[in-house]
Amino acid sequence: MNEALQAAVTGISGRFGAEVQEFRGEVTLVVSPLQINAALQALRGEYQYNFLIDVTAVDYWPAEEPRFHVIYHILDTSLNLVLRLRSPLNGNSPTIPTAEKIWPNANWYEREVWDMFGIRFEGHSDMRRIIMPYEWEGYPLRKDYPLGYEEVQFTFNKEEIMAKKPHPQERT
Amino acid sequence: MSEYFETTIDELRHLVSSRALTGETMLLNMGPQHPSTHGVLRLLLELDGEIIVNCIPDIGYLHTGIEKNMESKTYQKAEVMVDRLDYLNPLGNNLVYCMAVEKLCEIDVPERAEVLRVILTELTRLNSHLVWLGTASLDLAAMSTFLYTMREREIILDIFEMCSGQRMMTTYIRPGGLWRDVPAEFNSAVRGLMKIMPGRIKEYESLLTHNPLFLERTKGIGMISATDCLRWGVGGPIARASGVAYDLRKARPYSGYEKYEFDIPTQQEGDIYARYLVRVEEMRQSVRIINQAMNMLPSGPVRSNNRKYVPPPRSEIGVSMEALIHHFKLWTEGFDAPKGSVYVANESPRGELGVYLESDGGPKPFRCHYRTPSFTNLQIMPLLSRAHFVADVVGIIGSIDIVLGDTDR
Repeated sequence: MNEALQAAVTGISGRFGAEVQEFRGEVTLVVSPLQINAALQALRGEYQYNFLIDVTAVDYWPAEEPRFHVIYHILDTSLNLVLRLRSPLNGNSPTIPTAEKIWPNANWYEREVWDMFGIRFEGHSDMRRIIMPYEWEGYPLRKDYPLGYEEVQFTFNKEEIMAKKPHPQERT
Repeated sequence: MSEYFETTIDELRHLVSSRALTGETMLLNMGPQHPSTHGVLRLLLELDGEIIVNCIPDIGYLHTGIEKNMESKTYQKAEVMVDRLDYLNPLGNNLVYCMAVEKLCEIDVPERAEVLRVILTELTRLNSHLVWLGTASLDLAAMSTFLYTMREREIILDIFEMCSGQRMMTTYIRPGGLWRDVPAEFNSAVRGLMKIMPGRIKEYESLLTHNPLFLERTKGIGMISATDCLRWGVGGPIARASGVAYDLRKARPYSGYEKYEFDIPTQQEGDIYARYLVRVEEMRQSVRIINQAMNMLPSGPVRSNNRKYVPPPRSEIGVSMEALIHHFKLWTEGFDAPKGSVYVANESPRGELGVYLESDGGPKPFRCHYRTPSFTNLQIMPLLSRAHFVADVVGIIGSIDIVLGDTDR
């Protein structure tokens, strides 16, 4: 691990009790949603992570605790270091504080996460849907949201499909 | 109709100024079917006379649900969809996806494939910048440039067709290398194009660079500063036109970009004209990179020999039982990627194009998120267009170089 990255990782994990994961040379800090804002603020202010690349989320349904992970990718443009932060969220309608005050471009990223996953960002200035129509119901990128095609029936899944298959209604 | 309009106002109450509610300023809907919005972008403009008070972009008209669809396909099949995101940069989308899969599964890429990838993505960059130059100048009523740039773009698309059989949605770059080797006539076709390209770029410049009408409509319009670029996460030619010399090909090199000599063109003004200059210079740099790559193109395989992830070549299937089994296994159930997540990025013609790929150990991507530059860049639209005339909005949209397929995914 790079020295500057190491310094940031030790500093943040020590102060906010973050778990450090390393995979394929990429470093991830798992920070609780209560402290994510303070951790991002510290990385922006004290460690020169001046560029927010992306905010996205992952759904681990049917797991409930945690059901979601919100993922931040941040960049130090002078040293070209990318750091990932993950914040686990429990329950079906979770909330997490917004990062919009730290990086203004979090605005649209968080709107997209709200639109696709139904994760609400507290303190966000404009929490509307961004891609789906305003009156859309449901959150498309959740794992319990159907893809919307008809599954082909084979011998191995015959029973399963049969149970869900729409049949013509019996005339009474 | 009026009912719908009222609800729209209510939704946007916190975004428009208080003068809009009393009717002092006018709300004007631009798009989604406006010819200069490059697809289906809707802008809600708040106007004081002809001056823009605020601009509210509304996207999502081209949403295709590709990220959701990818979760139900194996890694090889999901790749076919990524071409469709940014339809001006299909090979760049392929490349970044393949880089993510290769990093996740630790697949090696042969040297010849790496060099060919560079050539192909630089050709894609040329293609994208040519379309941008044509359409953006068309927006500013410079009709003839469009005809010339499309002429050269045809040659590039012909080269893609020669390699992959497809002009736009190529899916030519695959995890572990390329689909197949380039045909024999590839060399002469690319070299022929590289020979005429510098002259052609000069030709476009002679039409625009000193054209007083073009200068009038581009200089001092749509300004953004370097600090604002970093704050808003804007990269690519827009940031470089504001003096941020950040290019992923230099900053975090991939596919062997560290071996090529090229410059990062920058300008300081940060207006439409500066972006035009940067992109034209980038086309020259792409030509430079392709020329170097063509000279160092080694011979050898174009696909990894890792049979657990990469299908064997067709010729082997007829003579080797194992090759047939591998082929069958890989194209039916796919391969199981190791559990974990990676983020990789490359420099698309519009900025940082990243992929966040997460695997749960199965044959399908558990989550594949595209961090697309158009989405980020479109966000600064209000910043760029405030206090300009309505007519300038068209030029500003053109200078951002948005691709709505890339924005909405």
